[in-house]
Amino acid sequence: MAPLAPKTGDAVFASVDRVNAELFTLTYGAMVRQLLTDLEEVDEVNKQLDQMGYNIGVRLIDEFLAKSNVSRCVDFKETADVIAKVGFKMFLGITASVTSWDAEGTSFSLVLEDNPLVDFVELPDTCQGLHYCNILSGVLRGALEMVSMKTEVTWVRDMLHGDDAYELRVKLLKQVPEEYPYKDDE
Amino acid sequence: MAAIYSLFIINKSGGLIFYKDYGSAGRMDTNDSLRLASLWHSMHAISQQLSPTTGCAGIELLQAHTFDLHCFQALTGTKFFVVCEPGTLHMEALLKVIYELYTDYVLKNPFYEMEMPIRCELFDLNLSQVIQKDRVALLGR
Repeated sequence: MAPLAPKTGDAVFASVDRVNAELFTLTYGAMVRQLLTDLEEVDEVNKQLDQMGYNIGVRLIDEFLAKSNVSRCVDFKETADVIAKVGFKMFLGITASVTSWDAEGTSFSLVLEDNPLVDFVELPDTCQGLHYCNILSGVLRGALEMVSMKTEVTWVRDMLHGDDAYELRVKLLKQVPEEYPYKDDE
Repeated sequence: MAAIYSLFIINKSGGLIFYKDYGSAGRMDTNDSLRLASLWHSMHAISQQLSPTTGCAGIELLQAHTFDLHCFQALTGTKFFVVCEPGTLHMEALLKVIYELYTDYVLKNPFYEMEMPIRCELFDLNLSQVIQKDRVALLGR
């Protein structure tokens, strides 16, 4: 049997069950608020959000692969396009654009014009260091790790901090070989 | 007679995390199924190494006189395989559907721990529905 053709982000987005966007946004807001109350330190909240995202990402990647029929990416550039065009569309209903590749082709920026997580959010002065959407960077890191790419994901621009868009910087640290047998010294 | 004899799911390190028996013949005890799973995991890996072409993804189908074994490996390393009557059709599509069920009812269960044996009722329930469904229905997917 021929492999199934990869679906577009739109097609997958249309075929899966979804929740009301407002419910999603408000639930996320309530969760961040609770974390701030529990942990008190903004840095700790950032860390916790990233860890939660990571835990989601390591599970989410399988759903992504199963429902989009995406096959192995030939290079990191293709990976970036798939994340931006299929991944974001499928789970958040938005598309990101891939920009600012570095010369070695190991890091790029994902620019989000639209971000459903922040629809009703204004950061108070006490939370200026908070990366409100830090969960997203964790999800990306976790998901990519499961398909053998160690990455570092950081926020460059954030509209809640007065920038004109959301920009995530994804840097490929190393590609872990997945073939067995693993080298003896690993 | 059931066309599908059994279903196995192996995690990325070769441990059996799910086993279900559908045929009456050749029922295996827990030790045998664990052994078979890790053997298959190794054979799958060896087949990738032995392949004369690069980019080989391992054995997809093993045919014998009395059974066929269809294997599907997700890009994350989890393997799904069914043992079925020789010549049973649409097993690739079935494995794909099972993979989707796994993502929906196992991975999304917050109390399921990654890489551990699957004990999720919803997964069992939906799985038996899919297996029982007329195989013609799988054609349309």
